[in-house]
Amino acid sequence: MVKQTQVQLLEVRFEHSGEGAYLLALAGNWTRSAMRANDQWQAFFERIPSSIGAAGRLEFDCRALDRWDMRLVSALAQMLRLSNEIGCEVDLRGLPEGIRGLFDLAAAVPEAEGRGSGDRRDDWLENLGHHVIAIVQGFWNYNAFLGELILELLATMRGKTSIRARDFWLAIQNAGPMAVPITSLLAFLTGLIIAYIGVLQLHKLAADIFVADLVGLVMTRELSAVMTGVIMAGRTGAAYAAQIGSMRVNDEIDALKSFGISPVRFLVVPKVLALVLMMPLLVALANVVSIFAGMLVAVGISDVTIPQYHFQIVNAVGMNDVLVGLFKSLVFGFIIALAGCYRGLRCGRDAAAVGQATTSAVVTAITWIVIVDAIFAVLLNILGI
Amino acid sequence: MRSTTEESDNRVIMVRDLEMRYGSYLVMSKLNFDVLRGEIKVIMGGSGCGKSTLLRHLIGMEFPTRGSIVMLSQKVSPDDAALTRLRHRFGVLYQGGALWSSMTLAENVALPMETFTRMGRKEIAEVVAFKLALVGLSGFGDRYPAELSGGMRKRAGLARAIALDPEILFVDEPSAGLDPLSARRLDELILALRDSMKTTVVIVTHELDSIFTIADTALFLDAESKTAIADANPNELRNGTADAPERVRTFLRRGAAPQFLAQAEEIDYD
Repeated sequence: MVKQTQVQLLEVRFEHSGEGAYLLALAGNWTRSAMRANDQWQAFFERIPSSIGAAGRLEFDCRALDRWDMRLVSALAQMLRLSNEIGCEVDLRGLPEGIRGLFDLAAAVPEAEGRGSGDRRDDWLENLGHHVIAIVQGFWNYNAFLGELILELLATMRGKTSIRARDFWLAIQNAGPMAVPITSLLAFLTGLIIAYIGVLQLHKLAADIFVADLVGLVMTRELSAVMTGVIMAGRTGAAYAAQIGSMRVNDEIDALKSFGISPVRFLVVPKVLALVLMMPLLVALANVVSIFAGMLVAVGISDVTIPQYHFQIVNAVGMNDVLVGLFKSLVFGFIIALAGCYRGLRCGRDAAAVGQATTSAVVTAITWIVIVDAIFAVLLNILGI
Repeated sequence: MRSTTEESDNRVIMVRDLEMRYGSYLVMSKLNFDVLRGEIKVIMGGSGCGKSTLLRHLIGMEFPTRGSIVMLSQKVSPDDAALTRLRHRFGVLYQGGALWSSMTLAENVALPMETFTRMGRKEIAEVVAFKLALVGLSGFGDRYPAELSGGMRKRAGLARAIALDPEILFVDEPSAGLDPLSARRLDELILALRDSMKTTVVIVTHELDSIFTIADTALFLDAESKTAIADANPNELRNGTADAPERVRTFLRRGAAPQFLAQAEEIDYD
């Protein structure tokens, strides 16, 4: 029984060398590139242990083996595993000394135990239990964080503790002035789009002028706050989570704690205050910008004039509508800052965890913005505001 | 937990029957040791045996599942107010320095004083300048941590750790990530600080050179038996004067430290 395969640089011979012994002779260059170029060896190697059988013995002849690298070693290791399963004996003496040395190294380190993967069972009930415990734990952690934040906020407002002025103004600058360009651009475009669609539809009823009501009410009551909230969640909430998260990775949070400085007071309070204060201002600006954009469309593509539009806006949009939007934005600001800071503080200790914390901060914030907005819609309807 | 005998017999940290777990995984148990006032205690052992976990328990970041830690006659417990008071009496130097990256070095060192003392701005600036000079970083006060090398960050971390003149200094892996020369300089700095300020120092390390240079006593944690198997002067442990299992001696001898030390002493570090 002699099989021979020879392609380019790989040379292998497998033969019955008498009395249950089989000889695998390797020659030529067994390097990664050569082995990738000629992958017939794979099926060939796989068949070897089974064709030897439990009673047989495998020997090697590598005298003509020219060059080899780790690819050959791992292929041989795989063959050894298969041979062990089948139960045939393997005589490694024919292998080059380097390969035997590597096998010894690989065998010297025992498989990870204890904390490792060995005892991790895939029991669905156990997994379910762990998930439930994690959810309950997460809920309590969140409550504890919220409680601590509220206490610290109250203490700060009553002047019992002071936050560092520089941190606060830096947070104000980040959450306020620096967010103006992007939030007003989006408000402008949203106003433009709503007015455009509105004019096209209202024109059919010859009610072009009501585009002012449409833009004014939709933006002040709903969209300014929601759009600004979404942008700030992606912009500032994510930044909070990433900043606090990487501070955690770098032990900076622990360093604060070990001085007895509360991370919530030192890091979270200035950020929450800044965003809660800046959101209504951004939304007020978004209202103005989007109503202006609506005017451009109304005047541009229908025969509404600027004074008409102005008059209609003033009549249609009441103080209530503006205040509802501003109040919502206050709540949204709190939600965004809370989600960002909480995810940052609960972040794991590696770079990937910072990415997860950031993603989860944005997703949490946007989800809660939409949910809270829906709750507001129902409540305001009941209250008739 | 206050008693005068503890104060008088000079034990600043007493660990009794301590058991530490990660979830259900047992890290260490039956730990018993004392740290005396003014001594440098090294906690050593192989990687992953629980040295850093023990440190996190000592500084009150985690709490034991059994047993107790009494520090400066006060039990380390999750009680916030008591723990905060205790925290002002010890300093921690973290592995990478853990400087607050949004603040300059001077602000890093100043923050604990601004937060917890009644010192004025000018007074704080003076103390900060002196503490930075102590660790060889005078003139670097207005740099941000990202602008410094790893060794400088650690020394700045040390300046911050001693900001409130702590009675105990905890150091996590001082030589990790440093070249041997910078590591020795950090060791010498810690030694000098101890000698002049009589600070008690607890160091976690596996670096043999460090252990022989600075340790008065070394606590050897063993991953196999999950407890401490030796607590004595490292030189005595190595030459067999102090009683210890054979594997402690092997661990201490493997680094061929005596010869290295003999040569190293001839090197001029500046």
